[in-house]
Amino acid sequence: MSTSYALLGVLGRQPSYGYDLKKDYDTLYGNERPLAFGQVYATLSRLLRDRKIATETTEQAAGPERKLYAITNLGRKDLEDWLVTPEKLHPNTQTVLLTKVVSAILLDKEPRLYLDAQRAAHIERMRGLTDARRKGDFAQSLRADYALFHLEADLRWIDITEARLETLIKEIRGE
Amino acid sequence: MSDSGATNRYVLQAKNLEKSFGLTPALRGANLDARQSEVLAIMGPSGSGKSTLLHCLAGIFKPDGGEVWLDGQRLDQMSEEERTRLRRTQFGFVFQFGQLVPELTAEDNIALPLLLNKVNRSEAYTRARSWFKRLGIEGMEKHRSGELSGGQAQRVAIARALAIQPKVIFADEPTGSLDSLASEQVMELLVGAAREQGTTVVIVTHDPRIAAYADREVVVRDGQVTTAPRKQQAVR
Repeated sequence: MSTSYALLGVLGRQPSYGYDLKKDYDTLYGNERPLAFGQVYATLSRLLRDRKIATETTEQAAGPERKLYAITNLGRKDLEDWLVTPEKLHPNTQTVLLTKVVSAILLDKEPRLYLDAQRAAHIERMRGLTDARRKGDFAQSLRADYALFHLEADLRWIDITEARLETLIKEIRGE
Repeated sequence: MSDSGATNRYVLQAKNLEKSFGLTPALRGANLDARQSEVLAIMGPSGSGKSTLLHCLAGIFKPDGGEVWLDGQRLDQMSEEERTRLRRTQFGFVFQFGQLVPELTAEDNIALPLLLNKVNRSEAYTRARSWFKRLGIEGMEKHRSGELSGGQAQRVAIARALAIQPKVIFADEPTGSLDSLASEQVMELLVGAAREQGTTVVIVTHDPRIAAYADREVVVRDGQVTTAPRKQQAVR
């Protein structure tokens, strides 16, 4: 879903050929995970079908035929509606962490060990992102920041869970 | 040797440290080591003993038991005078608040530890002024610390800590009063400059984003140091 909007955003700036669109996308968003050409054209096909973009002109120079894609009024309205719509929260990560803690307690394991391991893994990932931010361009830096803040939120949850472990253990074991 | 340039030689070691305040134990057999050029983060919940550990490592507190070694010297057995001299010549300190002398200008503050270490005045001020471009606050040399923003003041404090080219910098929540962007600038400066000088940095922080600047982190819990299992080690 967000790939469609990301491409619409690039086209919102100016019409573009498929190849240039992919290059712009990779520069803005996907240096670490570049968009495959197949995905670019599949997405463009869907956007054409939904009339959010149109093929503005077809060029026939010396090379193969090239299509210039442009955003339509419908596409621009959809893009602008999407921009002002808040995203739903994704609690999946926390759900998995909670399940592990509760499972550890149910199995009479030491949940603190699991939390320590998870904290270390999170900080290791944050270390990599901090390094990537230092070495990367501005867009990479912002992407790394986004990931860093999410990891930080997980870590705060890990800390507060650890502080409340005794209560949680008593509650689960019915003591 | 890590990617950061840290060597295998221990600069600082704590062995089985004990410290109580009245009847309340703060450290209960804490062990820690830090290599030359290593950036080490000490994490842990409030009241876990992490600041007490830092103060014992830095010779500010004398532990009730255990040993603190700095480069082959037994720090915990030194007299107060010897520890004071060591703190002035071998250690740099960065705290959360109030470390700059408010009556002095920014350049005075950086030059101060050099002057205390008998560097001549002209040399001390030349070295102090050389920091300002790097700090990103050129033109603020004559500003008093009260005229600096929190982030600027912390950058001056870092320059002051590094100016004497210490063996170890101790930083206790160095970005605790700063916003995210200023924190990032302060940490980039602290870690970058320390690595260039080969200085070991020990940072106490509760903030994982700050710990992520370190080569390694340990967690203090109930007065003891636990090294977290690494990411690939499964918990069984």
